[in-house]
Amino acid sequence: MAEVEDTLKRIQGYNGVIGSIVVNAEGIPIRTTLDNSTTVQYVGLLHQLTMKARSTIRDIDPQNDLTFLRIRSKKHEIMVAPDKEFLMIVIQSPTE
Amino acid sequence: MSVPHKVGTVKSKQATNVKAPVAKVVKAAGKKKDEEEATDTAEGEEWMPGKTLVKPPDQLDLTEEELNEEITRVLTANNPNAPQNVVRYGFKEGCYKPIIFVDQMAIHFELEGNLVHKESDEGRRLMAKQAEREEGTGAEKLDNVAKAGEKERKLTNQFNFNERASQTLNNPPRDISCQTEPPPRANFSATANQWEIYDFYVEELKRREKSKEKQEGQVLNKEEDKSKKKIIQAETQSDDITQLAHAAKIIERMVNQNIFDEVAQDFMYFEDAADEFRGEKGTLLPLWKLQYDKAKGLSVTALCWNPKYNDLFAVGLGSYEFTQEERGMLLFYTLKNSSYPEFIFNTTSGVMCVDIHEQLSYLVAVGLHDGCVAVYNLKKKSDQPVYNSTASSGKHRGAVMQVKWQKDDLDSNHNFISVSADGRVVSWTLVKHELVFTDIIKLPATDKVPDDLKDVIATAGTSLDFHKQKDHHFLVATEAGKIHKGSKYYSSKFLETYDAHFMTVSRVRWNPFHPNVFISCGWDWMVKIWDQTIKSPIFTFELKTSVTDVAWAPYSSTIFAAITNDGKVHVFDLSINKYEALCQQKVVSKKTRLLHIEFNPVNPIIIVGDDRGHVISLKLSPNLRKKPKEKKGQELPKGPEVEIAKMEQLLSSLR
Repeated sequence: MAEVEDTLKRIQGYNGVIGSIVVNAEGIPIRTTLDNSTTVQYVGLLHQLTMKARSTIRDIDPQNDLTFLRIRSKKHEIMVAPDKEFLMIVIQSPTE
Repeated sequence: MSVPHKVGTVKSKQATNVKAPVAKVVKAAGKKKDEEEATDTAEGEEWMPGKTLVKPPDQLDLTEEELNEEITRVLTANNPNAPQNVVRYGFKEGCYKPIIFVDQMAIHFELEGNLVHKESDEGRRLMAKQAEREEGTGAEKLDNVAKAGEKERKLTNQFNFNERASQTLNNPPRDISCQTEPPPRANFSATANQWEIYDFYVEELKRREKSKEKQEGQVLNKEEDKSKKKIIQAETQSDDITQLAHAAKIIERMVNQNIFDEVAQDFMYFEDAADEFRGEKGTLLPLWKLQYDKAKGLSVTALCWNPKYNDLFAVGLGSYEFTQEERGMLLFYTLKNSSYPEFIFNTTSGVMCVDIHEQLSYLVAVGLHDGCVAVYNLKKKSDQPVYNSTASSGKHRGAVMQVKWQKDDLDSNHNFISVSADGRVVSWTLVKHELVFTDIIKLPATDKVPDDLKDVIATAGTSLDFHKQKDHHFLVATEAGKIHKGSKYYSSKFLETYDAHFMTVSRVRWNPFHPNVFISCGWDWMVKIWDQTIKSPIFTFELKTSVTDVAWAPYSSTIFAAITNDGKVHVFDLSINKYEALCQQKVVSKKTRLLHIEFNPVNPIIIVGDDRGHVISLKLSPNLRKKPKEKKGQELPKGPEVEIAKMEQLLSSLR
């Protein structure tokens, strides 16, 4: 338990990381470092996208599963790591 | 005179738009009148030559065509007053539905009759009542009859007739209706994909296996079951994020990859193109620098790559200074996450050496500064070693300088060998939960030690290496500068002794390809390459300061790298240049000493540990990784034989 908390703290402290969000199975954010409205927006949109991506992978081969999803945009990169019950989202801007 | 007028009016009536049933009646009447009028006109026409059609002022003006137009009239049995838009609430759909079939019956007049069939129940009842009344009021009957007669005589005329009627108060009609509570509704939606079905089957399988295990394992202690139950309960109750560990790990690696993106790209793809123009020389490109803040103040005392996972390596941290406080760490880093170690183990005293088992890459043997040896199991999450040697089980009396795993013995127990500063070479076997030790050999005392003290003052062993092919042969180097070649089967004597260096030999290693060649380095600034059959070294290199470590490259039999106290890494390739290093590069800042070096077995990188607890990874430029040139027309033979042949060529040229 403490290890995971440590890891989350470290992730937030890395160079370029703007924010991190942990979402539970129902789509409710349980840990976040961003403000409420941004969090809710990110969660709502990325949850659906992750479900869609996962469904795609699994439809092609049910024994496969989504490991992570990365969306690189002009301004930053959104990384999503789905788990059985949780979803972890990290937004990082390129370190230049 | 009124006749023609009537004719006219009749005709006009025919032409106007009148309602259907009424029109029929009018038409019929009109026809009759027409016939009458026809006869009249026939008569009338004789004496009335001129007749004019009189139209009523509001009659429609229609053209001839329109007059002759045939208009069809349809008679339907629909009640025009019936509502056409009745709706009822339907619970099934949850909305108002229009009702198409509406009662078309229009009741014009309703009168309830008072005639009852005399055979029916009610009729019989009434007749019985009447009979009673007749019997009962026999006397009154006469009066009644008389009165009735009188009454009958009374005529009803409009002047004399009174009729009174009264009406009871009609209560205003009210509609009372009742509605049951609709059944509770909830929205349910789900998808039934192929993979959801697959998931369900997998879970079902797991459940069945668990129940099978439970049935089989019911013989177990009740306590164990209870503890298991507690654990299961804790898992299901906790809403927290312990299960997020895997996802968090992936994210951390991704974030690190982004931060050190250039480094990762360099590691994979960068080949220094300038090497072509540099002649023989090569360079080392610094990649990741790995450090752990809790390891400050400790020096890197051991490095070991994991044979199975090529990006994972172990770092032993301790201290070479005997005065410093005793603490140590064993860290495992992966190149995928250069910011934080994967595994962290705290040890009670400084770690001096680390070795990872060849096949079971989760077994790690460490030798500690206080003479203990310990074995860690990476699969277990505990911080404690799985095996630990204590004073009773023959631990070393000096710091353990090197540990090496051996092949499993005849009982298929794992075992490893250690050499320490107390001069003993000991073999440890992992038997169930204990370490069992066997002394292999004791290092002979140096000449300088007087005879009577020979048993007391030990010669410290500093390095140990086993032959790659004949693994019962090993080399052990001492602080006194000698290298002894021994065998596991001979415990009394060494096979061979080489006077290698004037000072401590810091490292001795067999060549990974050639069976006779080994290399040694010492604090006397020398690196020497030996053929085990010859007493004197074949090659000798003098580097400007004491050499702390040397390592052969795993991909070539003639390439090796040495590190010195001044922070430089020297890379040699004997097949290219027998006298000089191809690369002499300073990789750390001033005052930092480099202590250990290891080549990655697969990728062209080396890791170097310094005395600040940092590990630096460097990429070898192409000049340092040269394979023998292809002869035109001939295919390049691959495999260790080539390397052996290369070395042999070198050696023969010197003899």
